Amino acid sequence: MKYQRIKAVAKKEFLHVIRDPRSLMMGLAIPMLLLFLFGYALTLDVDRVPLMVWDQSNTPASRDFVSRFAGSRYFSLQETTDNYREIERAIDRRDTLIALIIPADFARRIETGHRAEVQAILDGSDSNTATIALGYADAVTRGYSQEVVLEHARRTGTDATIGQLDVRPRIWFNSDMISRNYIFPGLIAVIMMVITALLTSLTVAREWETGTMEQLISTPLTGPELITGKLVPYFTIGIIDLILSVLVGEFFFDIPLRGSLWLLFGMSLVFLVGALSLGMLISIVTKNQRMASQLAIVSTMLPAFLLSGFIFPIENMPLPIQGITHIITARYFVTILRGIYLKEVGIDVLAPEAGFLAVFGGVVITLAIRKFRKKIV
Amino acid sequence: MNGTETGYAVTLTDLSKRFGDFVAVDRLNLQVGRGEIFGFLGPNGAGKSTTIRMLCGILPPSGGSGTVAGFDIGKDAEEIKKNIGYMSQKFSLYEDLTVEENIDFYSGIYRIPAIKKRERKEWVIEMAGLREHRSSRTAILSGGWKQRLALGCAILHEPPIIFLDEPTSGVDPISRRNFWDLIYHLAGQGVTVFVTTHYMDEAEYCDRLGLIYRGELIALGTPEELKTHQMTEEIVELFCDHPQDAMGLIEELPGVRHAALFGRGLHVVVERAAAAVPAIERKLADAGYTAVQPERIIPSLEDVFVSLIEARDRQEAPQGEFSR
Repeated sequence: MKYQRIKAVAKKEFLHVIRDPRSLMMGLAIPMLLLFLFGYALTLDVDRVPLMVWDQSNTPASRDFVSRFAGSRYFSLQETTDNYREIERAIDRRDTLIALIIPADFARRIETGHRAEVQAILDGSDSNTATIALGYADAVTRGYSQEVVLEHARRTGTDATIGQLDVRPRIWFNSDMISRNYIFPGLIAVIMMVITALLTSLTVAREWETGTMEQLISTPLTGPELITGKLVPYFTIGIIDLILSVLVGEFFFDIPLRGSLWLLFGMSLVFLVGALSLGMLISIVTKNQRMASQLAIVSTMLPAFLLSGFIFPIENMPLPIQGITHIITARYFVTILRGIYLKEVGIDVLAPEAGFLAVFGGVVITLAIRKFRKKIV
Repeated sequence: MNGTETGYAVTLTDLSKRFGDFVAVDRLNLQVGRGEIFGFLGPNGAGKSTTIRMLCGILPPSGGSGTVAGFDIGKDAEEIKKNIGYMSQKFSLYEDLTVEENIDFYSGIYRIPAIKKRERKEWVIEMAGLREHRSSRTAILSGGWKQRLALGCAILHEPPIIFLDEPTSGVDPISRRNFWDLIYHLAGQGVTVFVTTHYMDEAEYCDRLGLIYRGELIALGTPEELKTHQMTEEIVELFCDHPQDAMGLIEELPGVRHAALFGRGLHVVVERAAAAVPAIERKLADAGYTAVQPERIIPSLEDVFVSLIEARDRQEAPQGEFSR
C-alpha cells in the first residue's frame, strides 16, 4: 500500500463526485429528503382521536365524564349526537374514530352506588389506531371510576384506599413515549445503510464500463490501494450525512441526544466501513452499474427497512425470521444509535453490536479486495 | 533480470488465447528487439488487442508463454506493469477531469517523485500541444488531443516499453502524422514501441511488421522484406479509361489472379508479370483501349497483405469469420 497512489485515487474520486450532480444529489440531498419525509410522516403516536358523544343521560355527572375525555390530549370532541345513524355516518366518513354512548340511567346508577356501563364504538378498520384509542378510553374511564369509588367511600365513611393497589408506571428513556424519538435514530441507520452502499456500488463498475479500468489495471496500482482510495470520498460523504442527520434531529425534530456524540461518530465510522465496502464488493463482482445499483438497493433497502427492527419489532417476528435479522448489519446499527440517543449507554453495553459491525466491515472489505482482479476476464 | 540475457524487449513463445471454443490467438512466436518500433497488423478481430493485453499482464494467456522486459507475463505480471506504458483503444482518460488533473492522477499512480513531477507534467502538456487547454475538461478535447494526452499519461514514468493499441483510430491525418513523429522521437531514445494498427501507411513507419490473421502470425519482416519477398505473385499496374470495364476483361486472362481498382488505375495480381504484361496489353488493345502501358511494380504493403490473406483463405477450408 503506497500512500501516494491512494492519495491520487482518492483525489480523483473526489473530483468525480463533486463534478457529478447526480452523485451529490444521491449522496447528500436524498438522505436529507428521506430524513424529513420519514421524520414527519412516520409517527406511531395516536393523538387527538376524533371523538363523538351521544349523551342520553345529560346530567352533571355525565357531562363531567365527557369532560375527562375532551380535556385529555388523546381525544378531541368533534360533535354530539342523539342517534346511531349519525354515528355510523361519521365513522364511515372517518370524521370520528370513537363514539361514546352514555345511557340515560348513568347518573342515577352512579349515585346509588351501582355499576354504570358506557358503550364505545370504534372504527376497527384501522385496528392499530383503534386498539390504542381503546386503551386511552379505558385509562380515562378507569381514572374516572376510581374517583367515583373514592367519593362514594368518603360519603359512606369507609376507607376505600385500604387494600387498593396503586400502580404508578414510570417510563424510562423516552418518558413522553414520543415514537419519533424512537424512530429517528433508526431512520439515520437505515438511510446511511442504503445510501452509502448505493454510492459505492457504482464506482468500480463505472470504470469497467468506460474503459478506464483497463488502463488502471495496466499500471502498478494495487487492488487494496484502489479500493482504499475509492472509499475515502464516500467515507467523507457518509460523515457529512451523519452530521447533517444529527443536526436535523437536534434542531427540527427535537430529538434529544442523551449519549456521547463521540461514541456516536466512532460507531458510525465502524459501520461505514462495512456499508461502503458492501457497495464496493457488489460493484467489483458485477462490473455493471445498472446491475450493481439494483443489487445494492435490494440487499440493503429491504433488510434495513423490514428486518432491522427500525419499525417492526424483531420480537414480534416469527422465529426463523428473527434468526435472519442477526445477519442484518442495519439491525446492529439501529440498536447502537437508539442506545446512544435514548438510553445514554456506553461502549460497555454496545460492545457486542460494535464487535459485529467491526467483523462485518473486516470481512466485506477483505472479500472486496480478494474479488478485485487486475485482469480482464 | 531486465531482459539483458535475451536482449529482447518482448518475446512470445507459442502464446495462445482461447475464449471458449474460439481461438483468438494461436501459438504466436515473436521477438521484438529493444528500441524497435514493431507494428502489429491485421484486420479487426484478428487477435491484435488480445495479444497486446496478454503482454501487458492484464489478460492471462491460455497457453504458451511470453516475456516483457525480461519478466514472465504469467508469473510476473505486476513487475511488467512497472516497466510498460499501455494505451488502450479507447484513450481511457477521465472525461470529467481536466487535462492537468488527469496528468496529476497518473503521476500519483506511477509515483513520480515530487522533484520530477512538474517537469514531466510540462513535458506532456507541451508534447500534446495542450498549453492553452490545461484547465479544460478532457471531454471537450478533439480526438488528436485526447490521443496525445493519453499517450502522455501512459508514459509519464518513462517506461522502456510502450504498447499502443490502435492509437490513431478516429484521429485526423495531421494529428496522426504528429503522433508518429512522437513515436519516432521515443524510439530514438531507446524506447521499444509495440503498436497495432490497420492503417497501411502507418505500417510503413514501423521498423518491423507482423501480420496477424485469425489469431495466427502469417508474415513477419521489415516493410521492405515483406514487399519484396513475401509475395509469390507479382503486381502489374496500369492506367486506362473505364477501368471497371477493363477489370472484367483482364480477369478473364489465364495467369491473372485478381484485379482491383487502385487510385486512378488498376492493380492486377498475376502469377508472372513477364507473361501477363503482353497478354493484358493485347487483350485491352483488342477491346479498343489505347496507351494502357501495363507495368510491373513493387507491391504496396496493402497488396502484400491482401494477397497473403487471400492465400490463407484459399489454403484453409473456409471457416466462419469471427470478429470480436
